[in-house]
Amino acid sequence: MRRRNFLAAAGALAMTEAGAQFRIEVSGVGLTRIPIAVFAWKGEEALTGRISAVVRADLERSGQFKMIETDAAVLDETSTIDAQKWRQRQADALLVGSVTRLSDGRMDVRARLWDVVSGMDRGGQNMVVGPGQLRLAAHKIADDVYQKLTGVRGVFSTRIAYVSRTSGRHQLWVADADGENAQSALSSPEPIISPNWSPNGQQLAYVSFEAKKPVIYAHDLATGRRRMIASFKGSNSAPAWSPDGRRMAMTLSRDGGSQIFVMDLQTMDVRRLTDSNHIETEPVFSADGLQIYFVSDRGGSPQIYRMPVGGGSAQRVTFQTAYSISPAISPDGKWLAYIARVQGQFRLHVQDLASGMVQSLTETKADESPSFAPNSKLIVYATQHEGAEALMTTTIDGQTKTRLAGQRGDIREPEWGPFLVGV
Amino acid sequence: MSNVVYRVVLAGFFLSLTACGSGVKLNEAEVEDKKGASSALTQSNPATGAQQESKPLPVANVDLNTNADAAKVAVPAAAELVVYFELDSYTLRAQDRATIEAHAKQLSANKNRKLVLEGHTDEQGGREYNLALGQKRADAVRQALRLLGVSEGQIESVSYGEEKPAAQGQGEQSFARNRRVEFKYQGN
Repeated sequence: MRRRNFLAAAGALAMTEAGAQFRIEVSGVGLTRIPIAVFAWKGEEALTGRISAVVRADLERSGQFKMIETDAAVLDETSTIDAQKWRQRQADALLVGSVTRLSDGRMDVRARLWDVVSGMDRGGQNMVVGPGQLRLAAHKIADDVYQKLTGVRGVFSTRIAYVSRTSGRHQLWVADADGENAQSALSSPEPIISPNWSPNGQQLAYVSFEAKKPVIYAHDLATGRRRMIASFKGSNSAPAWSPDGRRMAMTLSRDGGSQIFVMDLQTMDVRRLTDSNHIETEPVFSADGLQIYFVSDRGGSPQIYRMPVGGGSAQRVTFQTAYSISPAISPDGKWLAYIARVQGQFRLHVQDLASGMVQSLTETKADESPSFAPNSKLIVYATQHEGAEALMTTTIDGQTKTRLAGQRGDIREPEWGPFLVGV
Repeated sequence: MSNVVYRVVLAGFFLSLTACGSGVKLNEAEVEDKKGASSALTQSNPATGAQQESKPLPVANVDLNTNADAAKVAVPAAAELVVYFELDSYTLRAQDRATIEAHAKQLSANKNRKLVLEGHTDEQGGREYNLALGQKRADAVRQALRLLGVSEGQIESVSYGEEKPAAQGQGEQSFARNRRVEFKYQGN
């Protein structure tokens, strides 16, 4: 089915935020976008970062909101709203707020969401954050707006991990979901690949070549403490944490050839799941933890299969494309994202697991490493954009794609972190 | 077995190493299993700030960059240190047979020498699949060496996938130079 492509009226908007740059490219017109007017936060003009810009960027990146232009009125969370005026301007919702610096330097951030159609107050947000955490406050406000208006939990306060390579130096980064605020977790002269989040968001597993061969580590982000998980003879790669955090699937070549194993993280014992002379790799757990999806070339070219974690025969899952790799399963269990090679080009595809229908989402040719947001509504992936490696997010229907801010150099291997508890 | 028989077996091995080849099942007697010393990971305490307060999530940096040079290792003379592969393939090429035989001779004559075979791919495609493809290539060379009588304990095969290209740049010329297995002799 050919997807119609509309050229965006909005085009590309470049925004500068506190020295960092990010660009939003919105291509295609979404079917249901909630029109919302997001006002400048009263008091934000005095700050180096604009809360309203971060909120607008978050909502636009979701593909489910359309920004309505505000006017010069200075409003905050205590203002009365002229709902009729905003109905006339085609807005369904209105967001206002204020930010005040307290005597101890912390910031008091407030917001209120209005339903313009009914004229009703949809409630407010009220938080005190350190001066360096205005972006986090903005993301939490955006999450609240998103949840109230779509019924789905927002992912703007979540984090992504990715890897960069600059002049032979490799770094593992943890950034906000919009690519900003990246902090370096690991710096190495040798490659790092395949970061994978623990279910509680506190650790990253990854493959490091620091020992001159691929070895799997688990890395506690807050402390920097690392545990060597798998350093068997041969290559150790493709770590995938189970949803309950107790096991890790991985690809080991210790028995000859790349095969899939599951390790009990308490005992460090491994159990072999595949037994073939073919390539078996890229295991990922299903959301319920009962199945493992993986890549196998037992059929002659790589395809994605599924098998029960306890063992048993594998079923092939991908049929529409001749070469299918890098599976990612949405947390709600509905979608399989993967990379297909079509006429030499590597493109992101999404398959509806219930119906088997597949849609190609991009027109780029070197897509890699898809990863779902924890609310199953967005996919982050790596691609080449204007000659450099870049990270993009896309809605599941491919209609809204956004290039993320990132570090300099080649950036790749994005992995979306989970919803966090207590943040 | 005589030299002639070795060559016949080896030729047959090269020919049969196709994508759906029977393969030689290897029983690894030696398994290196390093368990980390710091197996007890600190449990981060969840943020317990006041209801209205949001704590940042810290990330501690670990820096592995050192200035240590790799130890120089004496390499056997008169042997090419790399063999190459076609796209998507892990079949050994006929023209690489002599190289592999030369290494087999060296290893058989020096039972203390240890060899790591590093498999590589070009940059096209996914990193993990390429890691596995590089592994297939390294394993193919290892199996050929074993068929020539080299003992299991002298060889380890690993993969770098697409992560360590020999040639930068796009295009088939560069790609072809990256689809390879390198012979890396270890110290002692």
